[in-house]
Amino acid sequence: MTRHPDDAFRALFEPRGVVVAGVSTHPGKFGFVSLHNILASGYAGVLYGTAREAGEVLGVPVLDSVDALPDGEIDLVFVCTPAAANPDLLRACAAKGIRAAFIASAGYGEAGEEGQQMQADLVALADELGMLVAGPNGQGVVSPPARLCAQIVAPYPPEGRIGIASQSGNFISSFMNYAVQTGVGVSRAVSAGNAAHVSIPDYLDFYASDDATAVALAYVEGVPDGRAFFERTRAVAERKPLVLVKGGATAGGQRAAASHTGSLASDDRVFDGMCRQAGITRAATIEEAYEAAATFATQPLPRGPRTIVLTTAGGWGVVTADAIARSSLALATLPDDLRAALDEKLPPRWSRNNPVDLAGAETRDTIPEVMELIVGHPDVDAVIYLGLGIQSNQAALMRSGPFYPDHGLERIVDFHERQDARYARTAAELSERFDKPVLTATELAVTHPGNAGPAAVRETGRLCYPSANRAVTALDHLWRRARHLQARR
Amino acid sequence: MPTRSEADSKALLAAHGVAFPPEHKVATAEDAVAAAADLGFPVVVKLGGDRIAHKTERGLVRLSLGDADAVRQAAEDLLGAARPEDGEVHLLVAPMLQGNRELIAGLHRDEQFGMTVMLGVGGILAEAVADVTFRLVPISPVEAAEMIDDLATQALLGPFRGEPAVDRSALAEVLLGLSRAAEADPTIVAADLNPLLVVDGRPLAVDALVEVAS
Repeated sequence: MTRHPDDAFRALFEPRGVVVAGVSTHPGKFGFVSLHNILASGYAGVLYGTAREAGEVLGVPVLDSVDALPDGEIDLVFVCTPAAANPDLLRACAAKGIRAAFIASAGYGEAGEEGQQMQADLVALADELGMLVAGPNGQGVVSPPARLCAQIVAPYPPEGRIGIASQSGNFISSFMNYAVQTGVGVSRAVSAGNAAHVSIPDYLDFYASDDATAVALAYVEGVPDGRAFFERTRAVAERKPLVLVKGGATAGGQRAAASHTGSLASDDRVFDGMCRQAGITRAATIEEAYEAAATFATQPLPRGPRTIVLTTAGGWGVVTADAIARSSLALATLPDDLRAALDEKLPPRWSRNNPVDLAGAETRDTIPEVMELIVGHPDVDAVIYLGLGIQSNQAALMRSGPFYPDHGLERIVDFHERQDARYARTAAELSERFDKPVLTATELAVTHPGNAGPAAVRETGRLCYPSANRAVTALDHLWRRARHLQARR
Repeated sequence: MPTRSEADSKALLAAHGVAFPPEHKVATAEDAVAAAADLGFPVVVKLGGDRIAHKTERGLVRLSLGDADAVRQAAEDLLGAARPEDGEVHLLVAPMLQGNRELIAGLHRDEQFGMTVMLGVGGILAEAVADVTFRLVPISPVEAAEMIDDLATQALLGPFRGEPAVDRSALAEVLLGLSRAAEADPTIVAADLNPLLVVDGRPLAVDALVEVAS
């Protein structure tokens, strides 16, 4: 039940050429900022502007009419002109072979009765022209595989495999800010605005078939047609992970109802059940949603819930075990043969249990060797690794202290940083080799992102989780999806 | 919205596979005594009718009746308690079932998502505890099993106070029966199986209320 063909979405996300309608010379106006952002992201296709007066802005040719554009070279119009001007503009664009529009202009459905009429007319016109019309009243469209950042605000995220659609433009920015911070990037991002012609499920449908996208991430508030939303998102989630945050979750309270069932049926409980049924990964917060999506994009699904915590110090492991106990994951019973194998590698003071607490017993090759034994064991489904970067943190203090590089400090600093980078790479390599999730968590990812440990995790393309609890939450989402899929095989 | 009598509600849902304990619908106190003898003592006697939705609140349920005299007395009292606005009434005689655990299940038509099926932890604290889960009708056997897994109070579903674990496939059958009933009969707008009493591990609906569109 796809409403729009995939090639219409490709015109939006991978346009051969773009025209910004309503270009401005004022750097505070949308008509300037959007052009600036398209150029700043390195967009390599044909680029034009239109404005009342012909000329040039930021080196881009500006025409006084769409009619003067070349035929058949441009796929996308980014619209910053006033709502009243847009019907004629879109007709002229269609005549030039433009197949998709993003309408940033306000003054539609959000603006009273008159605006609602204009929005209804806009949808009718879009259908008449056979044009995909995103927005209106939206922030923009971003597509790093096409080096496209057609939006009226920052940022431009690194390229990755997360496809984002949001009913709120702000959260497009939030998700992409996390992408910038963590390095786990984005394939597509679009702010649905008033979602007049293209709805959130429409974008998600496209992401399900889009090769650039491995996981869909969405923010919704209202769901106008609940049944259709359910059927369509279920079809998406059958193909790819779909992570969803719903705003207004607590707004719909329980209703007075004659039946006990009805009085227990709050909007949120029904919505939550719908998500579980559809196979949607529902996240409680924006950062949880981003981290779940980033994990789906970069880690394999676990085959089971049995999780081992590998830690270099005790407290972290204890807290992580607590978090696992509160989740759908299971703290794996340490297999006897694995315990025996670890005994060979470690002095007697290690925990001899899960969490595998090395108790500071590691020498040069201990962590890679121990990690390989754990990740490779057939009774282990997932691993959370804690303690990365602790030595590099000491190294940073040594480097900035008064004694560096003397007293052997240069050598030890270099050693620590090489070791932490090696541990991070080992975690990623073992995860790939054994096809199991291995999540690395340390607060250094946010407190000292330049630390050699977290920096090396970032280089592997994976997320370095800012806390063990957040790693557990993300891994829990992976296992819930794996279980959902396994039950339906 | 009009409600169906308990007996009609049960018949409607039983036709779609929801299991109920055996019971008799009778008109007189003497027939109630005969029904009780057939079922074996102790029994429950209730006053039923299409317009009687909340029996407990009106004191129209008599529990643990151990012999013929007690049944006769209760039946006469209940028939005497009928009000003119109740319309046609009858007596329901059912075995007095024992179980320490109560669940609740039902149907609810959601404004946004349409008909839903619900499972929850029952009893007098059900609404305060609100350990409940919903799915959209229709549900599959896998989804019914996942609803049971959703309940936070899993300890209640295992072996409990000398009673065996809840029979999960029987519980799933209750949910599937509700879903089938809602699918087959679009006039249903709500249903309650409350309580869904766990008797020797088996969930049995000892009361049912179906609401239909007017």
